[in-house]
Amino acid sequence: MELFFQQLINGLSLGALYALIAVGYTVVYGIVQLINFAHGEIFMIGAFGAFATWTVMGRPADWPATTALLVLLPLMMIGGMVAAIAVAVATERFAYRPLRGAPRLAPLISAIGVSVFLQELIRLFFGTNPFIPSSSWPVRIPGWPDAKSAVPFPSVTGISGEIISIGGVTIQMPAVFTLGALAICTVFLWYFVNRTKTGRAMVATSQDPDTARLMGINVDRVIVSAFAVGAALAAIAGVAHGLRYGNIDFRMGFLAGLKAFTAAVLGGIGNINGAVVGGLVLGVAEAMATTFIPGQFGSSAWKDVWAFVLLIMVLVFRPQGLLGAKVVDRA
Amino acid sequence: MLEIKQMVVAYGRVNAVKGIDFTVEKGQVVSLLGTNGAGKSTTLRAISGLLKLVSGEIWFEGERIDGLPAHKIVERGIAQSPEGRRLFRQMSVEDNLKLGAYSRKDSSGIRSDMDRIYDLFPVLGERRTEAAGLFSGGEQQMLAIGRAMMSQPKLLMLDEPSMGLSPIMTQTIMKTIRDLQSDGVTILLVEQNAQAALSLADRGYVLEVGHIMFSDTGAALLGDDRVKRAYLGAD
Repeated sequence: MELFFQQLINGLSLGALYALIAVGYTVVYGIVQLINFAHGEIFMIGAFGAFATWTVMGRPADWPATTALLVLLPLMMIGGMVAAIAVAVATERFAYRPLRGAPRLAPLISAIGVSVFLQELIRLFFGTNPFIPSSSWPVRIPGWPDAKSAVPFPSVTGISGEIISIGGVTIQMPAVFTLGALAICTVFLWYFVNRTKTGRAMVATSQDPDTARLMGINVDRVIVSAFAVGAALAAIAGVAHGLRYGNIDFRMGFLAGLKAFTAAVLGGIGNINGAVVGGLVLGVAEAMATTFIPGQFGSSAWKDVWAFVLLIMVLVFRPQGLLGAKVVDRA
Repeated sequence: MLEIKQMVVAYGRVNAVKGIDFTVEKGQVVSLLGTNGAGKSTTLRAISGLLKLVSGEIWFEGERIDGLPAHKIVERGIAQSPEGRRLFRQMSVEDNLKLGAYSRKDSSGIRSDMDRIYDLFPVLGERRTEAAGLFSGGEQQMLAIGRAMMSQPKLLMLDEPSMGLSPIMTQTIMKTIRDLQSDGVTILLVEQNAQAALSLADRGYVLEVGHIMFSDTGAALLGDDRVKRAYLGAD
């Protein structure tokens, strides 16, 4: 029983990470029917943005817990969000908006291109930086690491490496951070969607873009805010990922993005609550599968297999997702 | 107030509106008549900025507005209640009306306009928190008109407001249009129900396959043999 609760907590915290990323897929899909395959890279940029902020701050280490939690961590999160939002908004403007009227396949291919572009951009920016003009090649920003392999993520006193125990269940502080971040973001999202003018405009645009235009809604601006909201949450996930695993790399967005996309489909793509539920369900399913499926099929190497088996089963038996659209309709 | 000059609008390569001219004077009710596919809805969608013109011009209050994005056209004072009502069905009555007022910033004015619409259509006021999709066709049409009114338009365009409604409901809607006109709103009305539309109209234009065939005052068109044969079911 203890093992069950341990795996439940592990699964929920992993799922919270997926959920934070999944919201970005679902919000953008809900409005422009685009599966933004570059969204995993926005998550990666968020992590590197936080890392860069820490580097610019002079790589503070061993700050006491209070300043680490109240100054360092918030600044890293803001840095990550600024980077992720800037890149996501630029991506929308230059890679997706020009293709708005094109067949659905065109922006999808564009998204895959953006994904590769962003991975290489980070790899080169942190490695031999092509943006610094110089006669000697290769050039390196002094003091910045090479991102060709994993980069150690800064440790934040009070979170990194800390654990708490409840009964026989051990919870790592990064997991607590991830779950807390998801809880706060979910409340924020609910408020944004239901109580703010931009949020209502977003829902209206996702239901009927032409009629939203007739209401005087600037649909281009709504689309930009959808990308920005998704990017902000992905950046928080990026920081959570760094704290959890202790390092980040330019490829980290690929599998995490795919899992989060699975979570979004699992919950019902286009549905924000669905993305949160889908993420948590996927995380718990992975954690349980690696514990309770016997033999080699339950080894951790198989966890991705079970995650995608779950995706296929949902697509076959409940294609609208767990929280598929509730239809309020009368002819 | 509104002037359309040699307007051509296409869907893909097919021209749906093939060079039409018409004007709407301030305070008038103007009706566009015609069968399915005549280009009536296309005309309204083009005026609202949802469709781009192939050629021609649209002038509103002395300024050229074709080419402006749709939300700017709402800000200029042109609202549309689209064909099929197109309510946000999962949202409440109140939220639909609030979205209609999206271009406005005066929250007290929005509040009092909302109350006015609840006075005008009491059923909407009584059930303001219910989802729009749960209302009857006629009630939904009232909400669609109310929603369009929430932007305080100078020109209100109504696309087929009587579609799918009972004769009694149609009368109620037509009376509402008359009331709005006496409140000083200029109205451009697209209808298949020629009898209802023309009895309200100061001026009517008859469209056929993208051309304006003829136009006259509403009363004169009601008596016109060609209109009677084609649209009023007389022989």
